[in-house]
Amino acid sequence: MAQLAVENVSVAFPLYHAESRSLKKTVFAAAAGRLGEDSRHRLSVQALRDVSFTLRTGDRLGFIGANGAGKTTLLRTMAGIYEPVAGRITIDGAVTALLDPGQGMNMELTGNENIRLRALFNGYSEARIRQLQEDVASFAGLDQFLALPVRTYSSGMVVRLGFAMATAISPQILLMDEWLLAGDASFLDKARHRLESMVRGAEILVLSSHRPDILLQWCNRLIWLENGEVRADGTPEEVLRAYLPPEQFDHAWDAARKHA
Amino acid sequence: MVDAASPFRYRQRMDMFPSGPDAAPADAAPARPVVIAASRSGRERLALAAADVTGMARLWPLVWTLSLFDIRLRYRGSLLGPLWLTLSTAIMVGAIGLLYARLFHQNVSGYLPFLTVSLVLWNFISTVASEATTCFTQADAMIRSIRMPHSVHAARVVMRNVLVLGHNVIVIAVVFALFGTAPSFASFSLLPGFLLWLADGFAASLLLGLFGARFRDIPPIIGSIMQIAFYLTPIMWNPSMLTHRGLSQVFVSYNPFYALLEILRGPLLGQGLDLAAWHVACGYSLGLFVITGLVFVRARPRLPYWL
Repeated sequence: MAQLAVENVSVAFPLYHAESRSLKKTVFAAAAGRLGEDSRHRLSVQALRDVSFTLRTGDRLGFIGANGAGKTTLLRTMAGIYEPVAGRITIDGAVTALLDPGQGMNMELTGNENIRLRALFNGYSEARIRQLQEDVASFAGLDQFLALPVRTYSSGMVVRLGFAMATAISPQILLMDEWLLAGDASFLDKARHRLESMVRGAEILVLSSHRPDILLQWCNRLIWLENGEVRADGTPEEVLRAYLPPEQFDHAWDAARKHA
Repeated sequence: MVDAASPFRYRQRMDMFPSGPDAAPADAAPARPVVIAASRSGRERLALAAADVTGMARLWPLVWTLSLFDIRLRYRGSLLGPLWLTLSTAIMVGAIGLLYARLFHQNVSGYLPFLTVSLVLWNFISTVASEATTCFTQADAMIRSIRMPHSVHAARVVMRNVLVLGHNVIVIAVVFALFGTAPSFASFSLLPGFLLWLADGFAASLLLGLFGARFRDIPPIIGSIMQIAFYLTPIMWNPSMLTHRGLSQVFVSYNPFYALLEILRGPLLGQGLDLAAWHVACGYSLGLFVITGLVFVRARPRLPYWL
């Protein structure tokens, strides 16, 4: 039984401009007794405001919203990268977060070395590291390239490597940002196939996307984020009807039907 | 309530081939839920900080491999590879040693082993200090894509420099063999001394790394502090030279770098156990641990926001 509960989570990013990054300014402000006021009046961006929802096995949640609405920040917070300023997140289950194509890879290291690092992070034995390397090589179609530094790869190859690496591990809770759905057509088919089986396997899926047809196909619940707040929470059909202009909704609805 | 034991535990449960021949039984252990809360109380923060460090210990193979790759990357494609570390230290020690032995009116057979040990050990201290200030800012891509104990990045700086030290020990061994220098009976204290170095290096990396991430002018400040410390600390010169000239011992007695150097350098050069140096070294280390603990407990959850 996997479960993911987000309770009253707020996240604020402090804005560090050149001034507040400076040690000199901070020390002088402290000496002049201004620090207290400074920290209370510090400029920050409220990225998430009092967001709450609970997901259980079988839930397929989508996020939709304009750029900067807080979708990626919410995914990062759910992955435990940003610890919230207020509220709490309870994660019960193995999480994989596919947040950006680089996946924290070191561009100077070779593909194989990056795979090894990822495997060690997951506590794999030597035999399983080799299995993972073979698995990634065959799926990403990068065979000889895996011995070369990642910085020599094309951007598409980096996406393929990152995708293959992350999806070789099947999680109980899968957090995905929409970059996964970019790539060349032949790889996209393969990726979609793998992702669909992974999505079927995962107990909980959370997906952030701008593509209404994908959200309609893959999700059974949708949250519309606006300025870091939950604007609407319901079935994909309800939320998209409210979010999209009618003709775009019909278009997406047809596209989703056609694929299904 | 914060579940201190397992904020990183869920990673261990990921299982790629659950039915494979070597499916790790450890993965099957029922992991408790991970709770990430806006931890307000001191006890919760302390528990999370402690979990960060134990999480790092559990990921030791990762720390080791990251450090190894760092060294390998630095010398990728070069003819001698990491042996360049050994060679450049040897050349530097040879050149400086011969000149300064004359300048300071010292006997080469006594001065060169002293200088070799001093420079190699100082190189470790100063490189850890300067690399520590960027240990988190340079790992920003990793920190922002996966939840991982932050102390992994601090331990990586220390391990990387232990590997460099390992290459430089060859130079010490060669110089000792050439000049017949023999470590003293007090060499048993080298092991606790080195462990203290590792602990200090780790604490300093955490502390300087956090400050370096928050305040971007820390790296150049630490750079100049270490440069001044190099000249004020008995590294190139011997503390006995101060007494010969009737100068005060103030740069020696309360200098944390001198105490740290001396607990390893003394026994290596055949001197007895220097209890005064040990006291100063332990005192400063304790202070460092307390300050690092306080800063880390407070600043740990904020680190990803600073990158």
